Amino acid sequence: MTKNPKKYNKQPVHPLDDLIRTDRIPHIWCSGCGIGTVFSSCLKAIKATEIPYNRFTMVSGIGCSARGAGYVNLDSFHTTHGRAIPFASGIKMANPDLKVIVFSGDGDLFAIGGNHFIHAARRNMDITVVCVNNLTYGMTGGQVAATTPNNANTTTTPFGNPDSPFNLPLMAYASGASYVARWTILHTRDLTDSINEAINKKGFSFIEVLSPCPINYGRRNKEKPLDTLKLYQDNTIIKNGADPVTADIDFNRGVILGKFVDTERNTCDDMYASTCHRPCSDD
Amino acid sequence: MKPAVLTGEHYITGDVACAEGAIAAGCKFFGAYPITPATEVAEHMAERLPDVNGTFIQMEDEIAAIASILGAAWTGTKSMTATSGPGFSLMMENLGLGVCTETPCVIINVQRTGPSTGLPTLTGQGDMMQARWGSHGDYEIIALAPASPQDCFYHTILAFNLSEKYRVPVLVMADEIVGHMSEKVIIPDASKIKLIDRPKPRGRKDRFKLYEPGPNGVAPMPAIGDGYNVHVTGLTHDERGYPAMSVEAQEQMMTNLKGKIRNNLDDIIETEEYKMDDADIVIVSYGISVRTGLTAVDEARKLGYKAGLLRLVTVWPFPEQMIKDIAERVRGLITVEINLGQVHYEVERCAGGKAPAYLVGSAGGKIIHPDKVIELIKETF
Ligand code: SF4
Repeated sequence: MTKNPKKYNKQPVHPLDDLIRTDRIPHIWCSGCGIGTVFSSCLKAIKATEIPYNRFTMVSGIGCSARGAGYVNLDSFHTTHGRAIPFASGIKMANPDLKVIVFSGDGDLFAIGGNHFIHAARRNMDITVVCVNNLTYGMTGGQVAATTPNNANTTTTPFGNPDSPFNLPLMAYASGASYVARWTILHTRDLTDSINEAINKKGFSFIEVLSPCPINYGRRNKEKPLDTLKLYQDNTIIKNGADPVTADIDFNRGVILGKFVDTERNTCDDMYASTCHRPCSDD
Repeated sequence: MKPAVLTGEHYITGDVACAEGAIAAGCKFFGAYPITPATEVAEHMAERLPDVNGTFIQMEDEIAAIASILGAAWTGTKSMTATSGPGFSLMMENLGLGVCTETPCVIINVQRTGPSTGLPTLTGQGDMMQARWGSHGDYEIIALAPASPQDCFYHTILAFNLSEKYRVPVLVMADEIVGHMSEKVIIPDASKIKLIDRPKPRGRKDRFKLYEPGPNGVAPMPAIGDGYNVHVTGLTHDERGYPAMSVEAQEQMMTNLKGKIRNNLDDIIETEEYKMDDADIVIVSYGISVRTGLTAVDEARKLGYKAGLLRLVTVWPFPEQMIKDIAERVRGLITVEINLGQVHYEVERCAGGKAPAYLVGSAGGKIIHPDKVIELIKETF
C-alpha cells in the first residue's frame, strides 16, 4: 500500500492503520482543526463494534469534514454538496445489510442538505450521521452557516451574523431520529462510545460534534484554538436525557452535551419489507 | 407475484412500458419524485418492484432521487429514476457525479414543454441539448429517444445494457405523447431478452484499480462489500480513484471518460432508415417526431419528391459520420423536432455546408403536423 515500505517499517504501526488509506496521508486538515479527532473517534467506534469492515461504508458530501471519506479504508463515497444522505439512503435501501455512516459537516448537512436530513430522520432511515459542527464553512474560507451563532463574524457577515442558528438535536428529534447525541472533540471517549452505540442502533442516528475551525472561524471571532477547547471544557454540561428544546448553543449559558434521544421505532427498510410483503432483511 | 418479464401482448402507455422494460432488464431499485408527465413510471415501479424483490422509494426531491439511485448502483443493483423538465434540471449536478464516477444507471425523461414550468401536461423535445450538456464540465453521455410505447419497453432495456456495459448514466428521452399514449406493446419471452451486466473485477484485490480501463475502455466495477475498499469521488481522480489535483490527472481522466464512448461509437449508435436508398431529401428525426417524419416521407413521395427518413434511436453520441456521408449525396437535410432548433444545429454542423440543413420545429405543446414538412419541401426543392 505504501510507496516506501522501508521507511514505513521503521515507524510503529498505528492501531487504526487498517482503517486508514495510509497512502493518502498527509491529510488536508489544518493544524488545530478538530475534524481529525472526530474522524479517529469514528474509526475507533467502527473497530470497537467488531463488525466485519466490508459491511461498512462511509458517505460524505463536500467540505473539510467530508474529506473523511477519502481517508477511510472502507468502501467510501465523496459525493456532491449536501447529497450524502440521499446517496447513503440509496445504498441502505438497496442493501439493508450494510452499515452506512454519513460523515460530513454542518454546512453540507444542514444548509444545502437540510431537506434530506429531515426526511431521512422522518423515515427512520437506518444510517448513522456524524456531523462535525464547526459553526462555519471552513473549506471556502469561513462564510456564515446555518449553525453560526447570532452576531458572529464571518466573511459574509462582516458586521456580525444577523441570523439565528439551528438547534440541531431539536431538529433531529422533531424530524423523528431514533438516536440523538452531542459531544465535543474534547469528549473523545464519550464520542467514541456514542458513535459505537449509534452504529448498533437500528434507525436514524445523529451525532453532532462541536469542533473548532481555528483558521476560518476562531480567528475572526477572537477565539484562539485553546480558547475554544476551554469553552468545550468549562462551558458545557453533560446531561443525558435532556430536553432537546434546551440544546441551543450558547456558551455563556452553558451548552448541553450527552444523549438526548434513544428510542425504538421501525426503520425505513423494515417497514418497506413488511408493507410490501418482502422477506424481512435481518440486521 | 408476477414474473419480471410479462411475456405477451399488452395495451399500455409508454410510461408503463418504460417501467416494464426496466423490470425486464433487471432493475431492482427505483428512486423518484412525482412529476407530470413521468409520474406513471414511478407509480408502476412502486407496484411492480416488490414482485422482483426490488425496492421503490419516493424521495423528497429529484436531487435526492438521482443521489439515491447512484448510491444503490454501487451496491451492485441496477437502478433507475424517471422525471420531466424541472426535475431533470434538478438532477444535472448528480448526473455529472454519475458520469465522473462511472456509475451505471438509467434516467427516463418524459419531456414536456419548457422553459420553467412551461406546459406540464403537453409534449416537447426541448431538453435534448440539456441531455447532452446539462451538467457542468465536459463529458460524454448516451441518450435514446423512443417513438412509441413499444420503443419505451425496448429502449429502457437497451439503456440498462448500455449503462452497464459503458458504466455511464443513460438517458431515455421520451416525451409526453409517447409517455401517455396507449398502444400495443409486445413483451417477448424472457429468453429472447439479452441482458448485459457491468464487468466485475477479478484478480488480486490489493492491485485493483477502480478506473483502470478494460479492453473496451471500461473499468470493471466492484460492489460495496466485495472487499475492494473503493474510494469514489467526484473530484478529478487517478485510476485508483484517489483525488488528483493536477492538469495531467484531469487530462487522463477525461481521456478515459470520453474514450470509452468515442471509441465505441459503432457499438453504441443506433439509427433506422426509411426509404433512404434513393433519397435526396432526408428528414432527420427522433422520438415522437419520427412519426411526423414517416408520414411526411410518404406524402412527399406522392408528390414526386425522393424523400427519406433517418431516425436517430441514439441521439447522443451523435451520428456525426453518418450525417456527413448523407450530406455528400443529398439536396438537403430537414430536422423535425419539437423545439426551436437543437439537434438541427448538430445536423447543420455535421453537414458542413455540403448540403443545406433546414428545421421544422415548434415552440412545443403538440406533435408537428407532417404538412409543415411538406410545405418546406415544396418551397425549397
Ligand atoms: S479550514 Fe477550518 S474546518 Fe477546514 S481544515 Fe482548516 S481548521 Fe479544519
